[in-house]
Amino acid sequence: MPEVREIVDVCVIGAGHAGCEAALACARLGLETVIFTVSVDSIALMPCNPNIGGSSKGHLVRELDALGGEMGKNIDKTFIQSKMLNASKGPAVHSLRAQADKADYSREMRKVLENQEHLSIRQIEVCSILWEELPDSSKAEQSLKKITGIRTFTGTVYECKAVILCTGTYLRARCLCGESITYTGPNGLQAANHLTDSLKEMGIELRRFKTGTPARMDGRSLDYSKMEEQFGDERIVPFSFSTDPDSVQKDQVSCFLTYTNERTHDIIRANLDRSPIYAGIIEGTGPRYCPSIEDKVVKFAEKERHQVFIEPEGLHTNEMYISGMSSSLPEDVQLAMYRTVPGLENCKIVKNAYAIEYDCINARQLYPTLEFKAVKGLFSAGQFNGSSGYEEAAAQGLIAGINAAMQILGKEPLILDRSESYIGVLIDDLVTKDNREPYRMMTSRAEYRLLLRQDNADLRLRKKGYQVGLIDEKQYRELLEKEKTIGEEIDRLKNTFVGASREIQDFLEAKGSSALKTAASLAELICRPELSYKSLAEIDRNRKALPEAVIEQVEIEIKYEGYIARQLRQVEQFKKMEKKRIPFNINYDEIPSLRIEARQKLKLYRPVSIGQASRISGVSPADVSMLLVYLEHYGQSKKGEEQSEKL
Amino acid sequence: MFQGSTVAAISTGLSDSGIGIVRISGPDAVLVGDRIFRSPSGKAVLKSSPSHFLQYGFAVDSDISGSDPHWKDHIIDEVMAVVMSAPKSYTGEDTVEIQCHGGVLVMRRILEASLRCGAVLAQPGEFTKRAFLNGRIDLSEAEAVMDVIRSRNEYALSASVKQLRGDLAEAIRKLRGEILHETAFIEAALDNPEHISLDGYSERLHEKIEDLSGRIKKLLDTADNGRFIKEGIDTVIVGKPNVGKSSLLNLLVGQERAIVTDVAGTTRDILEESVNLNGIGLNVIDTAGIRDTQDTVEKIGVERARKYAKEADLVIYVADSSVPLDDNDREILSLIGRKKVIILLNKSDLESEVSEEKLTDFLKETLPDRKDLSVIRTSVRENTGMKEFEDTVREMFFQGGLSYNDEIVITNMRHKEALQNSYESLLLVKQSIENGMEEDFYSIDLTNAYAELGKIIGEELNDDVVEEIFSKFCMGK
Repeated sequence: MPEVREIVDVCVIGAGHAGCEAALACARLGLETVIFTVSVDSIALMPCNPNIGGSSKGHLVRELDALGGEMGKNIDKTFIQSKMLNASKGPAVHSLRAQADKADYSREMRKVLENQEHLSIRQIEVCSILWEELPDSSKAEQSLKKITGIRTFTGTVYECKAVILCTGTYLRARCLCGESITYTGPNGLQAANHLTDSLKEMGIELRRFKTGTPARMDGRSLDYSKMEEQFGDERIVPFSFSTDPDSVQKDQVSCFLTYTNERTHDIIRANLDRSPIYAGIIEGTGPRYCPSIEDKVVKFAEKERHQVFIEPEGLHTNEMYISGMSSSLPEDVQLAMYRTVPGLENCKIVKNAYAIEYDCINARQLYPTLEFKAVKGLFSAGQFNGSSGYEEAAAQGLIAGINAAMQILGKEPLILDRSESYIGVLIDDLVTKDNREPYRMMTSRAEYRLLLRQDNADLRLRKKGYQVGLIDEKQYRELLEKEKTIGEEIDRLKNTFVGASREIQDFLEAKGSSALKTAASLAELICRPELSYKSLAEIDRNRKALPEAVIEQVEIEIKYEGYIARQLRQVEQFKKMEKKRIPFNINYDEIPSLRIEARQKLKLYRPVSIGQASRISGVSPADVSMLLVYLEHYGQSKKGEEQSEKL
Repeated sequence: MFQGSTVAAISTGLSDSGIGIVRISGPDAVLVGDRIFRSPSGKAVLKSSPSHFLQYGFAVDSDISGSDPHWKDHIIDEVMAVVMSAPKSYTGEDTVEIQCHGGVLVMRRILEASLRCGAVLAQPGEFTKRAFLNGRIDLSEAEAVMDVIRSRNEYALSASVKQLRGDLAEAIRKLRGEILHETAFIEAALDNPEHISLDGYSERLHEKIEDLSGRIKKLLDTADNGRFIKEGIDTVIVGKPNVGKSSLLNLLVGQERAIVTDVAGTTRDILEESVNLNGIGLNVIDTAGIRDTQDTVEKIGVERARKYAKEADLVIYVADSSVPLDDNDREILSLIGRKKVIILLNKSDLESEVSEEKLTDFLKETLPDRKDLSVIRTSVRENTGMKEFEDTVREMFFQGGLSYNDEIVITNMRHKEALQNSYESLLLVKQSIENGMEEDFYSIDLTNAYAELGKIIGEELNDDVVEEIFSKFCMGK
């Protein structure tokens, strides 16, 4: 059979949130890129919850945007309600969440892909990855392979330099709704059944995870008068640093809150034996943070009720998403349990709740660049790496895309560490820890979160985006200007003193603040909980008019200075360990005093730095010392060899 | 150059003799040294001291100014101090060594002072590691260096975890559990603000912190008065039932601790006491009489006695001169093996059935390899022979036959350091609450407090908070 052959730079497999970011990054960096999907109508599909962001996930989107990703811009175009979560808490945990019009979101992203130079979209299943053995790989402990291309279901071969796997939940997917099982991907879409074998042939280890989604209901069948209405914020903050805040102030739709009750729970308990999970039909490991309603009722038996949020799926559909009640119980049980909830008494189900099982990997097979350690040019991102969530997927997609491009262009890879971004925490956790369930970002996972705020993501990461080539000159200059203005304003406030004059004392009294004993700087006054940058306007006459975003930074830097300084000191220690690199060809069997467990773990994970090694469970501080000593020895004797070679 | 923090440790053995050296190494070594060393006129002189030049003066327990009229009240010991500037020191870093009289107590107090004044306690093998990383040790010795680090760490680990007093370990686990729960609650609420509310939580937490920090403070007092883990020579008393083992323990302790009756098998539990024998610490364990027993409760005691005899540094074997030696004695003696042993022939006040010669012959026959055994005649009841017994212990100790486990002294300090850090972290939480900070600030210091306590019982931080969130709070969409 005659074969079609194409030659490109990068093939991205899958056009979900990870695939879109990966493909856009590569194409924008000038590489000929093809993105493969089983259905062009499902590009950037949101098969589960109808929102983007939320606690710590909002941070990911902000960071992605700072680096030059697309998700933030796309949700700014298509949101229908927006909220800043945790607004009453510290600035580090403020987190944006927007309800999306799902269809709009998908359509807009498709438009972006279609208009992107160097990027083509192809609707076809990819069946195998093509590769060759690297000639000098015999020296290494595991044989090294190199990507040469992919082959589609119809036999077409795309020769390429890098492949990025973003298969989401599609690999050998199986959906379960009670006793009825279908072999499809999410939302009834075609599963990808061939690629797994090809990956296994390459020596990649796969495993099986599961996740689930609640029912969608006909909005006309719900009685909202029995629920609490949930509004969006009055002043909307956009996700993207490039979006003009004034452009997103628009009418918003509401969500609604209702609760389960003992009757709901009784029905679930009585039918547990018909749940595929409790009946043992599902073998995959499910996530604990979005448990099915069955799980909630069993694990938290003492809770009398659980919250249920009713969220619109879009403006042009009356489908409502029943958040908090995902389930894999059979249809009849689902209907019965949903109808016990106030407001859902007469509900009509459009789509049943279901659980989905899929193939994915243990990401310890990856470097922090998201490239496979054993296969040069093979990258992967998203749910395939064992994560969960649109934002987690998009963030990885961007990093995998950037690093595939950097490799092809012969540039330094982009590795973000735990002290500079949530994305760094996410990837480090994925490649270093033993994750046994789909991984979700959480604010408690970030040890330096006071520094990793959503408000300063641009200041943390724009420069990196610029270096990589995804942020243009103009945006970069704006950032430098912002940085400068912030620094100058903080200096000014620290060096502008007010005396204990009548006027100042009266002012402080009026603000409910205690009187001054001696002169104080404006910065010291801002530190008082009852005062703020804005409230000092009256006594700060030389103040220039500054953008909101600058004022926000100035205020946070001053108010939380002590805490921020403490974390910066911790980061300094952390960085020292991260900077000590471990050569990729290190032979752990040569290090005499390592404990067996540590040796095994190190061989399995092959960490890139001493810092990463220290985070692997089973590697003790003493083992780390041993590694340091060995590396010193190794480094010195290496130098010696080089010298003798020169002679 | 490898640049770590400034660390301190006792760098000589911890026996009560000769001189001892406390070493401080790292970028701030001289700074720390000047806080704990005073010239005879009360000045801090190390900063201006030439390298490798001995200074005479005093170690003080706090950074007290020499112009303070009471500075002399803070003297720990008369010492010599020497500054060794980088790279000409053992570690290759700036180093200060304080040479003091070699008492365990003196060395410990000087070390504690240096920790209060900015140094952190060196990890096991740390000086060697630093010396190596700074090129002060030949590269060909890398392997030996790694062995040192390995063995010191293993030793330290077994000393710190296994020997930690059970009640303390329990108290710390409980504290940790409660701190973790609070942290997880805050974090769960931050991750799921629409499901979990933090309204009114600050006040509740403030109360909780009062309670937690109070309990840690109490543990810290324990650390000051006594020890977390026993320092001293592990000593076990063995012998047939009713030969006077418990009476001996009571005599050593100076009070009625063990139940003493003339019914064989009265001591069913293992009794343990710390005894100070003219400055030498013994942890004495009285075991149930070892004999073939059918009584199950007692049987467990006997099993444990065998175990303790195996692990002890010193065994005291007691024989009763008023009853004949038999197979039970043979079996008990077989437990001794190559151990340091003192043999007492007790009840010299009663009619003698077994003479010293008879016992000596019996020993020769039972333990033919041991030529070093001698017998002391005692009557515990009449307090005779005890002077000879004490002299024997002292002799063994000073001739180096018996020694303290060095690492234990250090482990006690490590525990104390961790408790102190944990306590201070909780105070920071309290401060944050009082300053009206937002809830997310609390969990940062709570996590530190939790991690520090973990060091005492040898547990790492890992994903504990995340695990706790999922197991205790219903999360999710």
